[in-house]
Amino acid sequence: MSDRRDFLKTMGSLSLAFYLPLDLKAAPVAAPATTGLEPNGMLRIDADGTVTIWATRTEIGQGVRTSQAMVIAEELEADWSRVKVLQASTNPKFGDLGVTGGSQTTRSTTEGLRKVGAQARELLLQAASDTWGVSKSECLARSGQIQHPSSGRQLGYGDLVERAARLTPPADPPLKSAKDFRILGKDIPRVDGPDFVTGRAQFASDLRLPGMLVASIERCPVFGGRLKSFDASAALKVPGVKKVLPVSSGVAVFAEDTWSAFSGRQALKVQWDEGPAAKLDSAGIRKQFEARLTTPGKVVRKEGDAASALASAAKRIQATYDAPFLAHATMEPMVAVADMQPGRCKVWAPTQGPAWAIPSIEKITGLKAEQIEIQVTLAGGGFGRRAMSDFVLDAVECSKAAGVPVKVQWTRPDDFQHDGYRPATLHMLEGGLDDQGHPLAWKHRFVGPSIAASNHFPWPPEALELSGASDLSYAIPNLQVEWGQSDTAVPVWFWRAVPASFNPFVTECFLDELAHAAGRDPLDFRLDHLPKSPRKLGRDTFEPDRYRAVLELAAAKAEWRTRKLPKGWGRGIAGHAYLDCGTYVAQVAEVETGSGGSIHVRRVVCAVDCGMVLNPRSVRAQMEGGIAYGLSAALYGEISLKDGRVTAASFKDQPMVMLPTMPKVEVHFVPSDLPPGGVGEPGLPPLAPAVGNAVFAATGKRLRSLPLLPLMLRKA
Amino acid sequence: MAVFNLSVNGQSLKVEAPPDMPLLWVLRERLGLTGTKFGCGQGLCGACTVLLGGAAVRSCMTRLGDLRGRSITTIEGLDPKGAHPLQKAWIEADVAQCGYCQTGQIMTAAALLAANPGPSDADIDQAMGRNVCRCGTYLRIREAIHLAAGKRVAP
Repeated sequence: MSDRRDFLKTMGSLSLAFYLPLDLKAAPVAAPATTGLEPNGMLRIDADGTVTIWATRTEIGQGVRTSQAMVIAEELEADWSRVKVLQASTNPKFGDLGVTGGSQTTRSTTEGLRKVGAQARELLLQAASDTWGVSKSECLARSGQIQHPSSGRQLGYGDLVERAARLTPPADPPLKSAKDFRILGKDIPRVDGPDFVTGRAQFASDLRLPGMLVASIERCPVFGGRLKSFDASAALKVPGVKKVLPVSSGVAVFAEDTWSAFSGRQALKVQWDEGPAAKLDSAGIRKQFEARLTTPGKVVRKEGDAASALASAAKRIQATYDAPFLAHATMEPMVAVADMQPGRCKVWAPTQGPAWAIPSIEKITGLKAEQIEIQVTLAGGGFGRRAMSDFVLDAVECSKAAGVPVKVQWTRPDDFQHDGYRPATLHMLEGGLDDQGHPLAWKHRFVGPSIAASNHFPWPPEALELSGASDLSYAIPNLQVEWGQSDTAVPVWFWRAVPASFNPFVTECFLDELAHAAGRDPLDFRLDHLPKSPRKLGRDTFEPDRYRAVLELAAAKAEWRTRKLPKGWGRGIAGHAYLDCGTYVAQVAEVETGSGGSIHVRRVVCAVDCGMVLNPRSVRAQMEGGIAYGLSAALYGEISLKDGRVTAASFKDQPMVMLPTMPKVEVHFVPSDLPPGGVGEPGLPPLAPAVGNAVFAATGKRLRSLPLLPLMLRKA
Repeated sequence: MAVFNLSVNGQSLKVEAPPDMPLLWVLRERLGLTGTKFGCGQGLCGACTVLLGGAAVRSCMTRLGDLRGRSITTIEGLDPKGAHPLQKAWIEADVAQCGYCQTGQIMTAAALLAANPGPSDADIDQAMGRNVCRCGTYLRIREAIHLAAGKRVAP
């Protein structure tokens, strides 16, 4: 089984032949003439003692600028108050920017970043030992200084950089022991905090280049439609509008400022050839999925013989579940700035996948990769959306067409209606119990579009659809999981946790159904049916002890067995082992339901084992964020289609959790010495099933369709 | 185009722009005050919130021609040194994640505290309940408002 980790890695390097890997041997050695020390493109220490670190992953609210700097600073023994963080561009000196996604940054970069910091620390130690004529082993690095304890001498890093820059960086510097960490493991506030609260933080939407025009693009409302003709005469009369030009994604209105571009676009008249998807609607997609579900899918996990075991089961249950398409709805609508000039193209974009955009920019501009530079900017949210290159290419194409720097600003309706959506899926499950009430058989067949196939990624079509289904955490002797491909005209793409945003809802709710069918407590039923030993699932290993520990911790902190809830309330539990990034999470949700069909999630107790916790405050924020994002989806999230068009155009059509609907969240850590795992996504998967199970506990109603709220209202 | 006299962050300014231009774009693109953010342009997310005569308003829905001389305060003018109690509390509680909605959140909270220096959880929920944050920083927003109001809260 291939997985997204592999996928992201491979996709990163496929298009990256010209980039240096983040590898010490390949990293440029500091030139002797410099007054600063730059042992690696990511790190510079200046003569005044300032340490500058360039983050190589995109800040999308997950705190990566802080965490990458913390890792380097830890090994460097830097004075944290002297650390400044800048953002890397696609300039090869920064190495491979990869793709920011899949909760992979911590797992894939921490080791390399530690070496970057350690290498510089060793150079500074050597420089001090040379200066003092003492052995390097007598010196120690501490908080921005090299000290010689036996003589009481000390030198600041800034005083040593000139000498250190003349030395050859060690290829294999020693790394610190975790027990000596002074920065990692602490609650370190975000490095961007002060800029965020004063409005100084610069997002791509805030950039303004000399001579820049702002463009807004009218796109065909139907997926796959094409431009027939347009009449720009009224648009060109709008004050501030400069040009109206066809581009590959539609018709671009160029203006002196954003408001004029938006106003010009309103005056534009466009005729579309809506193409074959003009009649597409949600009911039709549902019918297509239902038909696909009647035929076998590709078997993606098989143990024992599920069909025979079901036939012989003492008790047998069956259910259909579904989940809708979802938009990302980042706070900052898509935006990018490009400046194409003869022989070069510079782009400023909040992209999660800068390297993925380069080959397409080469095609648009006719330039070579080394003539193109993407400066990654702060991103007002990401959630996977910004790994798509569409909004980046818009800006490049518009700058080429207009011959000046251009910012392409999407509107909120553009953002909802021209996304790459989280795939919709339809699931059929059958479960069987033996005469002791133990699970005997599990058959799960589900269908939906393929992210890999529809984006022409070089992976099997099911590669990005299975997490939470084929890696079922429970020991059931007869098990079969099938996935059937059923593509539609709706573009599909990564979304926070991708398949683990829907599969665990299905599997953790159906497991709850089995527990109730067996007359067992849902927590006990889970704990009683974990595998006895670690199991290889694909290339990852599921560790039942870690999963058990998060279930038990969440249950204990939520007082699962003892806490009395008011009338109309219920509690539910769910867990997910996010094997792809090495993190296990379980959540208990307490939900208040009302007779009118209301669902109010009051409290979520979240237990997480993400290995070593690099920054507890940041991990808590990621869990809260996963819960908030997951709850918006669980209660309200649904992208519907009518006449080939996405119907949602605003936060009114697609409501989000806000402060009054945000539950109390308590995050608890399972202590661990394991290498740190990812945390951007793993907080999300258990939320929807925990809430669904809690609603069942409160009302006896089993909600098998997302989003939950409209269904609850229908059932009320 | 017409010329409008504005009072922004205590300064009197003249702006030439169409009267239907939303204050959001006047601030961002005529005056370079980019701390006020474009989130939806529909008055539904709160990222563009500024103070108009002391009240929190959605600048994307406020037309230049309708300002009628009322004073405007943006995040840049909340405190000359960026040291308003809310800004300090926001840093202390490490509220921001992606940061994009936070200036609108702070300006909404500033109007709340000006009217109600000791808000309860319910008061905060009521005042802040129309501001979207997709990162889910809501619990720290509530904590930071209490901190700024001088009330210590359990972490």
